Amino acid sequence: MFVNDPELLNDFVVESIEHLANVESQLLTLECFTEEVNIPLVNKVFRSVHSIKGAAGFLGLGVVEKLAHRGEEVLDLLRNNEMKPTCDVINTLLKAMDRLKNLLETIDTSNEQDVSEHVDALVELMSVANSGSSTENEEPPDVCQIAPPQVGSPASSIHPETLREFLIEGYDNLEQLERDLVALERDPTNQELLNGIFRNIHTIKGTAGFLAFHSIESLTHAGEDLLGSVRNGQIELDNEMAAQLFVMIDIARRYLTAIETTGAEGTEDCTAFVQQLKDLASTRTGGASTSFPGARSSTTCSTSLPQPRPTSAGATKPVPPVSELTGNVVAVPVPNTDSPLTDKTITPEANASKLVPSAAEPKSSLNLEPTGHSAAESTIRVDVALLDKLMTRVGELVLARNQIVQFTNASGDNDLLNASQRLNLITTELQEGVMKTRMQPIGNVWAKFPRMVRDLAAICGKEVRIEMEGKETELDKTIIEAIKDPLTHLVRNTVDHGIEKPAKRVEAGKPMEGCLYLRAYHEGGQVNIEISDDGAGLNLNRIKDKAIERQLITAENAARLGERETAQLIFLPGFSTAETVSNVSGRGVGMDVVKTNIEKIGGTVDLQTELGRGTTVKIKIPLTLAIIPALIVTCQNNRFAIPQISLLELVRLEGEQATACIEWIQGKPVYRLRGRLLPLVYLDQVLKTAKPNTTPSEIVNIVVLRADERQFGLVVDRINDTEEIVVKPLSKQLKGVPVYSGATIMGDGKVALILDVLGLAHCSKVLSKKRERASLDNVARSKELGQNSQTLLILATGSNRRIALPISQVARLEKIDVESIEYTDDREVVQYRGEILPLIRLANALGIEDDFEPVDGLMNIVVYCEKDQSFGLVVNRIVDIVETALELTRHGHRPGLLGSSVIQEHVTDIVDLPAIVRQLEFSSELVAQNSI
Amino acid sequence: MLLATQVCTFYVDKQMFGVDVKSVQEVIRYQDMTDVPLAPESVVGLINLRGQIVTAIDLRRRLGLPARAPDQLPMNIVIRNDDGAVSLLVDHIGDVQEIDEENFESPPETLQGEAGELIQGAYKMKERLLLILDTERAMNVSAIVD
Repeated sequence: MFVNDPELLNDFVVESIEHLANVESQLLTLECFTEEVNIPLVNKVFRSVHSIKGAAGFLGLGVVEKLAHRGEEVLDLLRNNEMKPTCDVINTLLKAMDRLKNLLETIDTSNEQDVSEHVDALVELMSVANSGSSTENEEPPDVCQIAPPQVGSPASSIHPETLREFLIEGYDNLEQLERDLVALERDPTNQELLNGIFRNIHTIKGTAGFLAFHSIESLTHAGEDLLGSVRNGQIELDNEMAAQLFVMIDIARRYLTAIETTGAEGTEDCTAFVQQLKDLASTRTGGASTSFPGARSSTTCSTSLPQPRPTSAGATKPVPPVSELTGNVVAVPVPNTDSPLTDKTITPEANASKLVPSAAEPKSSLNLEPTGHSAAESTIRVDVALLDKLMTRVGELVLARNQIVQFTNASGDNDLLNASQRLNLITTELQEGVMKTRMQPIGNVWAKFPRMVRDLAAICGKEVRIEMEGKETELDKTIIEAIKDPLTHLVRNTVDHGIEKPAKRVEAGKPMEGCLYLRAYHEGGQVNIEISDDGAGLNLNRIKDKAIERQLITAENAARLGERETAQLIFLPGFSTAETVSNVSGRGVGMDVVKTNIEKIGGTVDLQTELGRGTTVKIKIPLTLAIIPALIVTCQNNRFAIPQISLLELVRLEGEQATACIEWIQGKPVYRLRGRLLPLVYLDQVLKTAKPNTTPSEIVNIVVLRADERQFGLVVDRINDTEEIVVKPLSKQLKGVPVYSGATIMGDGKVALILDVLGLAHCSKVLSKKRERASLDNVARSKELGQNSQTLLILATGSNRRIALPISQVARLEKIDVESIEYTDDREVVQYRGEILPLIRLANALGIEDDFEPVDGLMNIVVYCEKDQSFGLVVNRIVDIVETALELTRHGHRPGLLGSSVIQEHVTDIVDLPAIVRQLEFSSELVAQNSI
Repeated sequence: MLLATQVCTFYVDKQMFGVDVKSVQEVIRYQDMTDVPLAPESVVGLINLRGQIVTAIDLRRRLGLPARAPDQLPMNIVIRNDDGAVSLLVDHIGDVQEIDEENFESPPETLQGEAGELIQGAYKMKERLLLILDTERAMNVSAIVD
């Protein structure tokens, strides 16, 4: 029978996949302790697989059932200590579970799929274990197997959490059962309802049996039998039967309450009632009892299990083998004994043989009322869409609150002030509360890593241990989703590239087993995630070579890169140091995707590495995307919000500074920020709102921003304050404007635009190329990108010679009076900032004919610093700052020139400043020697 | 042509226009707006409509008509669409009027250019013409990306 109810099927798939996720981690844990089998854990796995099997059978998913059944059998052997959880066994099981998951994902066609490979593998495992011993159970699976004799030992440890889950589920199921029964009474022929009820009662029976709550088991079993007959069409549900079933639900609920309060089922005896139910079933079916295939009744149960299972009435209980288990007994509370709880010291054997004391009427016996909150009430499931909606509303409330607070502060009314303060407080708490509902621990994402690392390590022939810290660190759900892939990439990379093979590790004096260390923690309203390893670290030279080889960067550029910058190269599209492309990684897509995705959600990625010691990737991400801290600035009476994440610092120039400290290179303003030239961008000019003919203001506010590894200063009229803003998207009419990323509503109810720092940088040409790292397939473009990172200062010297030097080498640009030139040791110097600055006539140094004539007695000087010494480069004219792809061609071998290139349609020489300085020092040394 | 029988009418530079009454979310008086530098020409600003940020498009600019007199405050007709709402700035609001399919006529060929595309047609009312505005097109302005 294939139940054609998409909703039911969907529930099953979702539930089963959840089960499998747990199974995976549990199996991995099992593997760690091959010597001493962790029976409770095996039981957990068994239970999960069993529920999948049971439900699959019920839904007519034969293939899923078959595979799950074989898995279950192997687990049964493990549970009985007839098999050890060796690597092989776990491997096969994991593979089977993977296939099972795969089946579930393609559930529509699952019945046509072939799983014989996995089934055979599992059967083989069993035959190895069983060789010589009991014959294998070839019969189709039967649900009655769920009462595993092993756990019949009453004290077998039930994890408190498992018990809690069981209770929550139990209450839920009973409630559902009640509702469905009521509905069924009105519509007795509704097959769907009936199926639901049957499944429900079956679930209760199964879990109760598994946890050795035998009274519940036998009770529900009887109910199940009765319903089975109804479902089969043998009998029709009537009022009497329904009434009995309701009584059954009540009794079951009392048992649950007893378990919840005392940890055991209590003394209530239901044997009489069970008998009543059975009688009812048999009289209605004309004594045919319950032996029909569909009902999965216990009477048809095969008995090839290691131990005979208890009969449905639960009257006689077999003595389970408890040799291995008795060790656990003492350590664990005794929640599941049939005997009264007072008898805590009872041994499993004694207890098992001790039969339930028969009480009288079920109703007259125990009547435990639940006290306080029951477990079922402590959690609810909520639709994410509802939470999103709540979040938006709270965002609006925050804005309204801001407005109220502003008004009341202005009004000065004390009562109003008090009220608004309370409103303020409550709103903040509410906002935090709602945000919390959307928070999920990062452990949810990490959960799949142990398995992944294990499999990868096996493929790569490595030994890797994974350690986690800060699993409970919480992040907004949307962010969790967004970092899933990047983190997976990083972990995969670490195992594949970071950690060395065991032999190599031993050689390097490290333990065989590599360690992958995941750490998450909150810091300053952000979440930091670190992925570290104690592996080989990055070979920076090799990275440079690879980058050059793959034409991501020119050799000249590479030579200039520092350690940190070099490490950043691996984030370029198309970069990979792997010699061979494995099926794990090494295709050169990965790290750039990581970076792009992290940056998309306003995060940053940093990488630290030490050769031979390991690598740490540090990711910083915001807690949430909906509400962000921002700096509010004013420009031409318009307010703008700048996300704090791109903000580096604020600089305020007053009075004379305001005009003196801003210098101009060909009409492009720059500011010296701690000795480095910071390109300035006037916000009003970018936005084209600048009023003509305004006098330069007394005060200049510079907001130093970072856009894609580059810094620039944004000049605004006023810096207001920092504020938490609620980000709202712009309508499609404004999507095309690159300088805005959204809008927000300010405290006074007005709208303010949120500036897109990256877009701003592009618009103002601080960044020259559109950033398109996301496209992986376009290596050609990435090549361009790598080369484009050169910003050059173009100078003119001699007659019509254009000279360029990387702006990174330029400390300052100065104009000096020709009159101020003094001489020492036959060299031109000027006094500069209390030091003596030697001048180098660039034309002379390069051997170019110099026809230089100072304009108005002023000379242009480019200040260059090397080590602790500054030099002034005398040039004719400063032409421009350009950003360009450098393609150098070398003609001569004149020292001091790196080569030439065509920039802005002119042939331009690129100077090698360090070489020129060396040359100069060399000559001065000669002079010095000669003079001795 | 137009399935609705009721249109919300309004005036822009002495011409009477109409839009499907069902597409109108609300009509509000002039609101303070936030300038959007670099926005397309007809986008005049952003309005905070009870926590919802609404883009305002001046129909005079959109239709290429002369600017409103400085002392004349426009009205907002807020139109619902798929991605939120857009406000159309008009001179003033008229009545909701019943229209009759029989009186409909397509725009004359002489109506060229941008403005012509925005007008779906005219209903010949007793005293004057009622021009039906294609709101989707009227709202379809996008920024020139450089």
